[in-house]
Amino acid sequence: MATSTLTFVIVGQEDHPIYEVDLTGPKEQQTQYLHQFVLHASLDAVDEQMWLSKEPHLKIVDRFNGLNVTAFVTPGNTRFLMLHDGRNDDAIRAFFTEVYELYIRIMLNPFHSPTSRITSREFDRKVKVLAKRLIG
Amino acid sequence: MLRSGPTGARNAPALEQINAEVFTLTYGSIVRQLISDYEDIEEVNKQLEQMGYNMGIRLVDEFLAKAKISRCSSFRDTADVVAKQALPMFLNVTANVTNWSPDQTECSLVLTDNPLADFVELPDEYRELRYCNVLAGVVRGALEMVNMEVECRWVSDMLRGDDCYELRLKLKEHRDEKFPYKDDD
Repeated sequence: MATSTLTFVIVGQEDHPIYEVDLTGPKEQQTQYLHQFVLHASLDAVDEQMWLSKEPHLKIVDRFNGLNVTAFVTPGNTRFLMLHDGRNDDAIRAFFTEVYELYIRIMLNPFHSPTSRITSREFDRKVKVLAKRLIG
Repeated sequence: MLRSGPTGARNAPALEQINAEVFTLTYGSIVRQLISDYEDIEEVNKQLEQMGYNMGIRLVDEFLAKAKISRCSSFRDTADVVAKQALPMFLNVTANVTNWSPDQTECSLVLTDNPLADFVELPDEYRELRYCNVLAGVVRGALEMVNMEVECRWVSDMLRGDDCYELRLKLKEHRDEKFPYKDDD
């Protein structure tokens, strides 16, 4: 597992994933499963920690074998999770803030319901551009 | 975000304004409701147009009362007034009038910005939806009240991937004002 890790997931208000992207390219299946597992496991930690701070940015909420999960919770209880291997916290913070803007625009689309998956290609493209620009 | 006053029109009167997002989201939920009620996109297009028509026949009086414009001498004038005065007054956007047909009965109103469709992305199953059809109805209704029978349809739509919104107007009949009485009645 020499390749770097950077997976971004948006979890909807009813604990279902509405958007997932692997920002460092495709992985082996085994690794993918591990990443999913770590991300899902971190949801409990997010639930606990979101009440300890008034900030939507939660910093690193969970760790597993050198994999870190950083979280952001919107007021509507949608969670942004980023799985990474110890990257710059500020960069991820900036990334979340920008993605939040994009996310709001998606939610304002009258054809989108809060529980449906985000399938917009434009959103996908912008998230990838942001990740490249801010996190690298 | 509050809309600033209509900047496009020079002598536009101060009208009450509404928050643009409230407006956009309200229209969005109307369209959604129509889709779930009728379950047929063609029918939704028709209903939107009809709703617009009903608005247009009322709105034209409001417009004429407040805009303080003089009588239009040709269809060309009318199209200009719609694009440069009526649209700024009610939607805070201006349109360009282009693509005149040689006999001056057809033209296009081209909008590059459309507050009705902010935030909207059409899902694939609604490709045939004319999201802004209400506007076509408004123009048709309003012009009918001033004795012009026009046909309005959207020929380009940014929601479907075109690079502007283009509303095609076609003058079908220009009725002269008829008085119900003859001189000797």
